[in-house]
Amino acid sequence: MPASSKSGPGTGPSVRASGSAEAGGPGGRIARSADAEGGKAVLDSADIGRALTRIAHEIIERTKGAGDVVLLGIPTRGVPLARRLAERISQVEGHSLPWGSLDITMYRDDLRMRPARALGPTHVPAEGIDRRTVVLVDDVLYSGRTVRAALDALNDIGRPRAVQLATLVDRGHRELPIRADYVGKNLPTSQHEVVRVLLEETDDEDTVLLSQGAAAGDPRNDPDADSRSDPRAGPRDGWRSDVRDDPRAESPGDSPQHIARGQS
Amino acid sequence: MNRHLISAGDLTRDDALLILDTADELARMSDRPIKKLPTLRGRTVVNLFFEDSTRTRISFEAAAKRLSADVINFSAKGSSVAKGESLKDTAQTLEAMGADGVVIRHSASGAPHRLAGWVRGSVVNAGDGTHEHPTQALLDAFTMRRRLGRLEGLRVTIVGDILHSRVARSNVLLLHTLGADVTLVGPPTLQPVAVDTWPCAVSYDLTATVPKSDVIMMLRVQQERMKAAFFPSVREYSRRYGLDAARMGMLPEHAIVMHPGPMNRGVEIAAEVADAPRSTVVEQVANGVSVRMAVLYLLLGGMAVPA
Repeated sequence: MPASSKSGPGTGPSVRASGSAEAGGPGGRIARSADAEGGKAVLDSADIGRALTRIAHEIIERTKGAGDVVLLGIPTRGVPLARRLAERISQVEGHSLPWGSLDITMYRDDLRMRPARALGPTHVPAEGIDRRTVVLVDDVLYSGRTVRAALDALNDIGRPRAVQLATLVDRGHRELPIRADYVGKNLPTSQHEVVRVLLEETDDEDTVLLSQGAAAGDPRNDPDADSRSDPRAGPRDGWRSDVRDDPRAESPGDSPQHIARGQS
Repeated sequence: MNRHLISAGDLTRDDALLILDTADELARMSDRPIKKLPTLRGRTVVNLFFEDSTRTRISFEAAAKRLSADVINFSAKGSSVAKGESLKDTAQTLEAMGADGVVIRHSASGAPHRLAGWVRGSVVNAGDGTHEHPTQALLDAFTMRRRLGRLEGLRVTIVGDILHSRVARSNVLLLHTLGADVTLVGPPTLQPVAVDTWPCAVSYDLTATVPKSDVIMMLRVQQERMKAAFFPSVREYSRRYGLDAARMGMLPEHAIVMHPGPMNRGVEIAAEVADAPRSTVVEQVANGVSVRMAVLYLLLGGMAVPA
């Protein structure tokens, strides 16, 4: 796609106001081509493990033993992260920690901008969330819109004593007054760039990839899409459940990582 | 997937499974203290009911309200239809009011199809004549999957007045798409003419079919649509095609008994069968709300797809 690969400042209208067009990028950057699917590994498996262990200890410290903590992961990749944090905290504190998942699809503020999408699972632990400290867990914190939606969703489930936020990667560019309480890694990015968290449970490996961005208006570079979108899935097609459920549904032939490695 | 839901046959396997999976997630919400989602805030759903209905209309109304849509109920009685207004004029009125979704029940087969050509919003068929009732088929499939854990390879027997049944038509299409094996049972006079072209088996012998069923779905004899004598007497019909305790005893251990309602106790289903633990009649009503929420969300929740 040679035409779209040279989207300098002002080339073509940006589909989303907050997309990459207004900032302008380095000329001739790669966009929407197969090699843009990969990226540079900024965290490897060991880094992710250490970051989660540190976050687990910070949660214990901040909540004085995590006695009333409920961890709620935001699908897709927040859920395995919540489980891992719960395991680590249990190991240290010797008591099991309730954890679950909180789907925020129905609370999104951009529902009308794309076709309806499939729902993720919501499992609130039997203990409930009333008068407890809820720690929301997500993979990437970007615009903050996902977290806003999650706060609304929590509101309909109960009344926690406090809500905190843990994220594996904070990439900046907040559009709402929201900050994380626990951060695995602060990753300064430009809005052109794409941050992708891959996890053993969903992607068969643990790594965080930073790649040069996609073309302006590409949903993969949409801050609204935040941590929830699976960048490999590309634009969502509302009525296809496979897009969301199987991150490997798209591009069966070209393995993004392997191309990325070669490039970087 | 289309913008409208007119026929169960329009749904691909993926579409149907997406609706059922979405309904599964939404069903979990009914245990919550606040049974409401903000998803369809600011959208208008019109319930356009030209034919009497309690279950379906209330179900659609509850579904739309739980998604925070504004609901306008319209019934033919007490409206300008009683003064002779045509469907097209009614459609233009809806258009002027800016309805995002129209749920229509009509005694004429094909009315929702016509309406879909006249309005910009999504049209959901809530039963048209003797044609189709796709959300009923979806909630039936949902109930089967919840009770029995699967649909693939399930042996489903649908018994009774197939000829006049939109529920049977939609169920045959949907269950075929989802991989179940459907057998239609009823007197030859109540089987449609071209039933041999449908993707299902046909039988006239209920007693022989019962032991080979995982699901048995009893249909009401629709006297109001009958313009001729289709069977000698209600008593004879009930003896040959009604589900009584004796026949229920021949069902496999795990099998369930379904009925889309309203039931005629003592005709197609005995009272003791309708109230048996394996009867899912009440469950079907509850599941109806979740399934209709899923349909409304998937049709109206996202960006409008250009026609």
